Order: sequence, then structure tokens, then C-alpha cells
Amino acid sequence: MSGMPDSMPPSDSSGLREKSRWVWEQTLRVHRRAPETRLASSLSPVEIFVALYYGGVLRFDSREPLSPQRDRCIISKGHGSICMYPILADLGYFPVAELQKVCQSGGILGGIPDPVIPGYETVNGSLGHGLGVGTGIALALKRTGSDRSVFVVTGDGELHEGANWEAIMLASHHRLDNLHLVVDNNQISMLGNTDKIVTHGSLAARLSAFGWDCAQVNGHDVLAVRDALLQMKGKSDGQPKALIALTKKGHRVPLLEGAELSHVMNPKPELIDSLLESKP
Amino acid sequence: MSIRPAPMRDALLDRIARAMAQDDRIFFASADFGSPVLDRIRSQFPERFINVGVAEQNLINVSAGLALEGYKVFAYAIAPFITMRCYEQIRVNLALLSEVRAMNVNLIGVGAGYSYVVSGPTHQCYEDLSVMRALPNVSIYSPADHVTAAALFDRCVACAGPKYLRLDAQVLPVLYESGPPDQDRGFSVLRDGETVALVATGYMVHTALKAAERLAQTGIAAAVIDLFDISHFSVDHMQATLAPFAGIVTMEEGFRGRGGIDSMMFEFLARRGLATRMFNIGVEGRYRFELGTRAELHEQVGIGLEAVVKSVSAFVRSIQPVVQVL
Repeated sequence: MSGMPDSMPPSDSSGLREKSRWVWEQTLRVHRRAPETRLASSLSPVEIFVALYYGGVLRFDSREPLSPQRDRCIISKGHGSICMYPILADLGYFPVAELQKVCQSGGILGGIPDPVIPGYETVNGSLGHGLGVGTGIALALKRTGSDRSVFVVTGDGELHEGANWEAIMLASHHRLDNLHLVVDNNQISMLGNTDKIVTHGSLAARLSAFGWDCAQVNGHDVLAVRDALLQMKGKSDGQPKALIALTKKGHRVPLLEGAELSHVMNPKPELIDSLLESKP
Repeated sequence: MSIRPAPMRDALLDRIARAMAQDDRIFFASADFGSPVLDRIRSQFPERFINVGVAEQNLINVSAGLALEGYKVFAYAIAPFITMRCYEQIRVNLALLSEVRAMNVNLIGVGAGYSYVVSGPTHQCYEDLSVMRALPNVSIYSPADHVTAAALFDRCVACAGPKYLRLDAQVLPVLYESGPPDQDRGFSVLRDGETVALVATGYMVHTALKAAERLAQTGIAAAVIDLFDISHFSVDHMQATLAPFAGIVTMEEGFRGRGGIDSMMFEFLARRGLATRMFNIGVEGRYRFELGTRAELHEQVGIGLEAVVKSVSAFVRSIQPVVQVL
């Protein structure tokens, strides 16, 4: 299609870090206006999404969100992707003014994103659906001879949903190496530490045992995330890929970061203001 | 020349197999469920067939993904499993997502009602019409013979959106020797009558025809209507068809009073402002483990031929004005 580069030009290092800081700030601002949004789980994947959308990993065209030439990115942890609102607005998927209307009448950006938002491919509010749908998309792309890729971003708590593992088995059996799972492994679900609830042990070891090609990365080192994503995207080895991004729920927000119940905690507006005023 | 009765699934799958040779945008997905015709699809079109294993949740999700990329998808499994095991996948990734994304996914569920006679309540299916009716955007079809089942293929490929086809697992007698019923109308009058109209779906259409024969011997002229398009039958035609009748009896191989075609016909009458009396024949609302033939099981739960004749007779007596002999 016209206008879409084969790959987005890679940003320079400082650009991605700055962008991550900017997205982090914008996410706080969105949450300050719309406290119904889930803040802690939207701060852990900031660098993942910045790497995907600004790091030259995904091919996309915001003017034609469903272009057949795009890489498909399914944001399965919908509630925890409020950081995508400023990213998609910044990239031109919808007017920036929408960010002022989150959770308000007449807006398109809800407490949990819906597929009416340009840039969101599927329904994301209910957990454990994205990977199966992504597997179907990856299968279709293979069978139609498309070289486009599928990325699915999930949380680690979400991987308690059994349907994921049905997809994980199928994807490796059918050698869907165009399917990429990125786990925002913040290790905390609603009621606490996932390791204490139902442990995943080593997610990388588990997924490897299921036939996936796995890598791990510090999920807040945006350059490392970008490099890992580009590396996994480049491999055609007959294996689906998983990147386990070790992240912190409520990243860089005192009170939230690492708190077991951060999922349902809302920092006071004054705290958000002071964080926004502080130097990076 | 009469048409030989065939399994509904094979009649439909045969249409799909023949179409797959012409249309490379048709994809077939199975949850480890087969049929002789499916073997043909598997061997002839390995690139457009997938067995996801015993995994109905993934069957729906993968089908949704395939459909988002433009495939017309047929997903195939046993009826209770392809509806209720994966209900939230259907709700989210088909009913809800099809609100904003074009997708054509056709769920073929085999084993309506008691058709898996000796397999017990896990494999029997008395709730599917109710639960699937609860979902907007999902069209529901319940054919009563293999001619109708095969003809539904045309609708499946022509119309976008999620659909559920409820097929009987047994070979049922042919109802439409001279060609399939009018799909736009969604129902068909198989027998004319005057006193009462039996509105039946699936296997129960055959029971209704037998019951009408028996009732005729006692002076009750019962019409029989085969309702095979549960979601989009022509309401105007239905109203015109039912208008002459003082009473309507719904007949389904599903739980009575729990949102099946009985509820649907109540809603239809209420919306149209019709005062017609109605009686519902359906499975008594409990699970049973008795073994027996389908006819025996049907008698136990109040939907067998004898039970139908008895209850329709009583219903007709209750709605007919008492003639005072002076």
C-alpha cells in the first residue's frame, strides 16, 4: 500500500527513552482525569508499547488502521493498556483531543479500551482471548502467503486463563513463527503476587517446553526491549516467539510500584502532580 | 424418485467440500470431530483445514482470527461443546467483535437435543437455543432434514456474521423432496390445519407430523410448521400463517420455559399484539440419566409422540368454547 514504509525508521536511543518518559507522564495525566482507568497495570507495559510502535518493530499506517499491509498487534491486556491512548493519539489514530474525554460521554476512550478505538484490533476487556485470536490471524497470514507478523501483548496474570494454553499448544504445533507473544510480566494480578496465587514458575521455561522460542528482557529498558523484539521478529525458525518482559506494576509511582494490591489503587491527584513536576 | 435420507452434517459438509474447490477463502476448523465427508475435506484441502484438538475455546478464537483475515470459516464440533464450553469466546470474539469488524464464522453443532441417545446429558443438548438466542448478532438455524441443512450453506457463505447451525446427529426422514424450503421465510407449513398450529423445530417437526396424523383421527385438524430459521424468520408471514388459529403449540427438544422457541413465540405474539392462546412442549427442566431409545426418553420428559398427542388434545379442549346443547 502507498505511504507505508516497509519498516518504521528506527528511532535513536535517546528518542525512545524520552518517548517512554512522555508516555508515562501522559498515562498519569489520563488517569488523573479519569481515575476509573487502571493505572498500575498500564504503567508496567509503557516501554513494551513504545518499543513496538516507535522502535521500528511494527509496520502500521494510522491513516488506514486495518490496512492488510500492517503487522497485527493485539493488546490482550486491555485494561492495562491505557498508556496506548497517548501513543495512538500521538501517532494520529484519533485526535489528541480524545485524551481529554477519557471515560466521558461522547468520548471513544473508555476505562477499558474497545475495538471502536482505531488501533485496537479486537475485544480486549475480557482476559485470555487475544492469543487465541492472534493464533487464528497468524494461521491465516501463513496460509495466504502474507509475510506480516502478529504481536500479542498479555499480562502474566492473564496467562492463568486456560484458553491461552490451548493457543500456545496449537501455535507451536503449526510452526507459527509469525506469532509473537509479549508478556508484561509484572507478577501481580488483582489480589496479589501471581507467584503466590498460582505460580508460573519460569514462564520462559514453560513456554519453551511448549515449543516456543523464548527470550527474557528487562521490560523497562526500552532499548533492550526494542532489540529483543526486532531480533525475534527477524527469525523464521518454525517456532512461535515469546518475549518475557520483566516489569514493575505501577512503575515509578511510589505507593503503587510493587504493591500487591496496586491493581485497584488510585494515587491521590497531588501525588500525580508532584510526580509530573519531578525531574526524570 | 425419492431422495434418500442422509445425515445433516454430511449433506452440509458435502456442500462445503464442493465449494472449497471453487472458493479458496473457505476455511474449515474442527475440534477433533469428524465425519466421512470431513475426511474428504481434510485430504483435499489440508491448507484450509485445521483440527485444533479437543479445545473448543480455541476453536472459536482461531476461527475469529481466520475470519478477521477474510476467510469464511466453518467451525465444527458437538453441539453442547461448541456452544456452552466456549460461550464467552463466542460472546466476545464473535457476537461482540462482529459489531465492529466484518467476520463470517459458521458454527456447526452436531447433536441437537437427544440425538446422542445413549451418551447422556453431557452430549445431549437442551440449552443451546436458549443460550445462543441471548447473543445479539448471532443467527441460529435449526433444520429438520438434510435437504434444509445442505441448503443453509448458501446462507452461510452469502451472509456475514456469526451463525449457529444446530444439526441432528441421527438420519431423519426427508421433508423436502421437491427442494429446500424458502430461506427468506425461515419457516415452512408442512401440513395445513384449522384448530391448532404446531410450531416445531428440528427433530420435533417429525414428531409434530406424526402427532397431527393421530390428532386428525380424533377430529383435531392440526397444522405443522417447520421453524428452521430461529432468528430471522419472516414475522409478517408468520403472523399471516398463524392468524386463523385459536391456539399455537410450540415443540422443541430443549428445556421448556427457559428461553427457547417457546419464549420466542411468546415474545412474537406479544409484540404483534396477538391474543392467540399458546401451549409449550419442551423438556421438563431437570437432568436425567435414564437409558432408552430416543422415543422412550422423549416420553419420559413429556415430548414423545404419546405425550404430545395427549397434551395437544387437552390444550385444544381447553381453548374450544363449550357448545351448549339445548
